[in-house]
Amino acid sequence: MKLLRWSLPLAIFIVVAGFLYVGLFRDPHEVPSPLIGKPAPAFSLAELHHPDRTLATADMRGQVWLLNVWASWCVSCREEHPLLVALSKAGIVPIIGLDYKDKPEDGLAWLGGNGDPYTESVVDLDGRVGINWGVYGVPETFVIDKAGIIRYKQIGPLTGDALNRKILPLVRELQKS
Amino acid sequence: MTPIPMRTLGAMLFAALFIVHGLARADLALDTRLKKLETELRCLVCQNETLADSNADLAADLRKEVRELAVSGKTDDQIKQYLVARYGDFVLFKPPVKPETWLLWFGPFVMFAGGVAVWWGIMRRRRRDAAPGPPPAGEDGAVTRARALLDG
Repeated sequence: MKLLRWSLPLAIFIVVAGFLYVGLFRDPHEVPSPLIGKPAPAFSLAELHHPDRTLATADMRGQVWLLNVWASWCVSCREEHPLLVALSKAGIVPIIGLDYKDKPEDGLAWLGGNGDPYTESVVDLDGRVGINWGVYGVPETFVIDKAGIIRYKQIGPLTGDALNRKILPLVRELQKS
Repeated sequence: MTPIPMRTLGAMLFAALFIVHGLARADLALDTRLKKLETELRCLVCQNETLADSNADLAADLRKEVRELAVSGKTDDQIKQYLVARYGDFVLFKPPVKPETWLLWFGPFVMFAGGVAVWWGIMRRRRRDAAPGPPPAGEDGAVTRARALLDG
């Protein structure tokens, strides 16, 4: 009883302090997506480079791929762009670009100036596909497996760290299965 | 073309007004319903603003989406479900009660109950300590004498 009298408040203090401490390092802007582990919302959209052709999620079945949501008006997209270009040169995984709420001509000009890392880009003019994918802050990057299940979502610009520690190991693992 | 008789014109005008009035009322009801719904939904870009208050682009898109869902006959719950499926429980300003949120919902009450229990324990101990026990041995006489003196 004597022991409980000081050890119980101490234990409560440690638990509360632990929660608060962990909370210090979490970004409240990163809302975990409920779509992880769920089938990727289907879309069929006009391609940026060939407006008369469409690309659908179904076309990507059977391979691991990345969906990178970007736009010419998006400032932090510039930040991650060199990484995407390098990733595309390495040819590890197809990257599909979703040009989100952007004028196609602006998107094309932007890719012309900054380099085009995308296997193919599709245009989401009204942002409806973005809503279906739970996009709320461009850029965002999704990893989709061979069966069309979303396995990972990066909110905000890609970083070398996120790419090397999470995305690429995950892609390799998914490609093996 | 023969001129339309005055009476027919009047009837047509009345019918038109009636329809417009009906439409406007239906629209108003929808507007109030959407307004209420939008205040229960969070804008994910500026996280402490409701969908109704936010000026963010995404909020405007989501308001449009919500309106279309409502017009297509979806209930408020179905619309919330639709958004939760895409953005998670975080879009709801009022988190649902489920095992993951039990701590959030009931934690304060548990803490309060704990506090009351501790307070009650302390009070009980104090009362017990303060209660007059049997007079200490060997001082029987002193107490009787003191009482006699006090009672005068």
